Amino acid sequence: MQEMPLSKLPLKKRGVVTSLSAEGMARRRLLDLGLVPGTAVEAVRRSPAGDPTAFSIRGAIIALRKEDADKITVSLH
Amino acid sequence: MKQDTALPDRVLDPAGDGIIRDRVVRTIYSHAEYIAARTVKPADTRRVDWDGKIDDILTSRWLGFPVMMALLGAVIWLTVAGANVPSELIASALFRVQDWLAGLFVRAGLPSWAEGFFVHGVYRTLAWVVSVMLPPMAIFFPLFTLLEDLGYLPRVAFNLDNFFKRAGAHGKQSLTMSMGFGCNAAGVIACRIIESPRERIIAILTNVFVPCNGRFPTLITLSSVFMGGMAATAYGVAAAAAAVAGMVLAGLWVTLVTSRVLSKTLLRGMPSSFTLELPPYRKPQVGRILVRSIMDRTVFVLGRAVTVAAPAGGIVWLLANIRVGEMSVIGLLAGTLEPFGRALGLDGHILTAFILGLPANEIVLPILIMSYLSTGSMASLDSLEALRVLLVEDHGWTWITALCTMLFSLLHFPCATTLLTIRQETKSLKWTLTAALIPLAAACLVCFTVAQAARALGLC
Repeated sequence: MQEMPLSKLPLKKRGVVTSLSAEGMARRRLLDLGLVPGTAVEAVRRSPAGDPTAFSIRGAIIALRKEDADKITVSLH
Repeated sequence: MKQDTALPDRVLDPAGDGIIRDRVVRTIYSHAEYIAARTVKPADTRRVDWDGKIDDILTSRWLGFPVMMALLGAVIWLTVAGANVPSELIASALFRVQDWLAGLFVRAGLPSWAEGFFVHGVYRTLAWVVSVMLPPMAIFFPLFTLLEDLGYLPRVAFNLDNFFKRAGAHGKQSLTMSMGFGCNAAGVIACRIIESPRERIIAILTNVFVPCNGRFPTLITLSSVFMGGMAATAYGVAAAAAAVAGMVLAGLWVTLVTSRVLSKTLLRGMPSSFTLELPPYRKPQVGRILVRSIMDRTVFVLGRAVTVAAPAGGIVWLLANIRVGEMSVIGLLAGTLEPFGRALGLDGHILTAFILGLPANEIVLPILIMSYLSTGSMASLDSLEALRVLLVEDHGWTWITALCTMLFSLLHFPCATTLLTIRQETKSLKWTLTAALIPLAAACLVCFTVAQAARALGLC
C-alpha cells in the first residue's frame, strides 16, 4: 500500500483518504464534501489549463486546486 | 463581510483544535453511509457515461477554450443583433406616448416647466432606458440561464480557474463576469456563488470592468463612428467589431491586474478556499428558464434601473434648463471640469455626462449629445454620420478623444443600481465606496496615460 498526496494521484486511479492536513475554513469545506478518512476518491479529469483536477467523491464530481489536494493524503491500493 | 461561522466554532470547537468538529463530521458520514447502504440501490453501472463523454470534449485541451469563446461570442452576437429591431419598436411606441403626454399637459393648462420636467425629463429618460435595456436583457438573460440550466457554466469555471488563481481570484469569477455582460448589478448578485469570502469581494469589486448592456451601445456607437465611419464598408464594420473586442479584452486584463493587487493588499490574509462541483448535465427546462430569467433577472434589473433613472431624468432636465446668467448649470459644470477632462483626453462635457449618467450608463451618450447641442432635453441623432459631424467637426474630437471616452466608459465607477446592489450584497459602506473609487482611479490612470502618451508622441 502506497501513500501520497491526493494531488499526485494519477488520473483514472482510485485512492482512499487516510488523513487531512488542511486547517480552518479549507478543512471545514473538505470535511463537508465527505473527505473523511476511509473515503474512496478517484481522479477523473484535469482542467485544460493544468489545474484544478476533478475528483469523484461519494458520487459527486468535485474540482480541487493542487494546493488543497496537497493537504489530503490518500493510500493507493 | 460578516463572518457567520463564529457561533458554531465556539460551540463545536471549545479547545480550538478541531478534534470535536472532525469527529462530528465523521460520525455524520458513517451514519449516512449506514442508512444509504440499507436503502439506496446503486444505478446500473454499465450504462454509458454521457456526462464523462461530454466533459471529455468541453474540458479538453484542444476544444475546451475554443468552444467557450464561440459560445460567449454567439450569446453576445445574438444579444446585440437581436435587440436592434425590438429596441426601435419600443422606442417609437414610447415616444408616441410622449407626444400624447405632452399634449395632455398643454390641454390641462399646466406651466411649460412642468411639461419639461415630467415629459422631457422624467418620462423621456424612462422611455430611453426601457427601450435600450429591455430587449438586450430579455435576450441575454434567457440564453445565459439556458447555459446555466444545462450545467455548462461550472465547466467554464473549471477550464479558467488556473488563470484566476494566479490573480488571487476564484474560477467562478469567470461566470460572474459573463453575467456582467448582461448587467453589472446582476453580476454582483451572482457573486453569491463564490463561497470563499476573499475571492467573493474581489469578484464584486472588479465586476464593473466587464462592459454591461448599458455601455455596449456606447462602445459600439463610438467605434462605429471612428473605425467604421472612415470606410462604410465591410472593413469598417470589422474594424469597429475589433475595437469593441479590444475593449472587452482590455477590461479582462484590468480585472486580472486589479484582482491580483487587491489580493496582495486590501484583502491580504482574508480566508479563502476553493471547491467546485461539476454537476451532471441536465435537459433544460424551458418554462423555468423563461420564468427565472425574465422575472428574477430582467424585470428585477429593469425595475431597479427605472427607479434610479426616472428621478435622474428630472434632475438632468433641471440642470440643462436652469440658467445662471447666460449658461445652463450643465454648461457651467462642463466649463469647470474642462481642464481636468482635457488632461484625461476627454473634455468637460464628456466628464459631466459620465457624472450625470451615474444613475444608468445608457443615458451617458444622450446626456453628452444634449449638452453639446444645448437643446435642454435628451436627444438622439438619427444617423451615425450626424453624430460624427457633431463630435468631430463641431467639438473637435480626435481618435484619441474617442479612445479615451471608450476606455473611461469601460473602466469608470459602476452605475447607481450596481452600487446599491453592492451595498446590499456586502452590507458594508466601506466596500461600496471602494467599489466606486477603484474603477474611478483605474479609469483616470489609464485615460491620463493614453492621452499624455499620445500627446508626447505627437499623435494628435
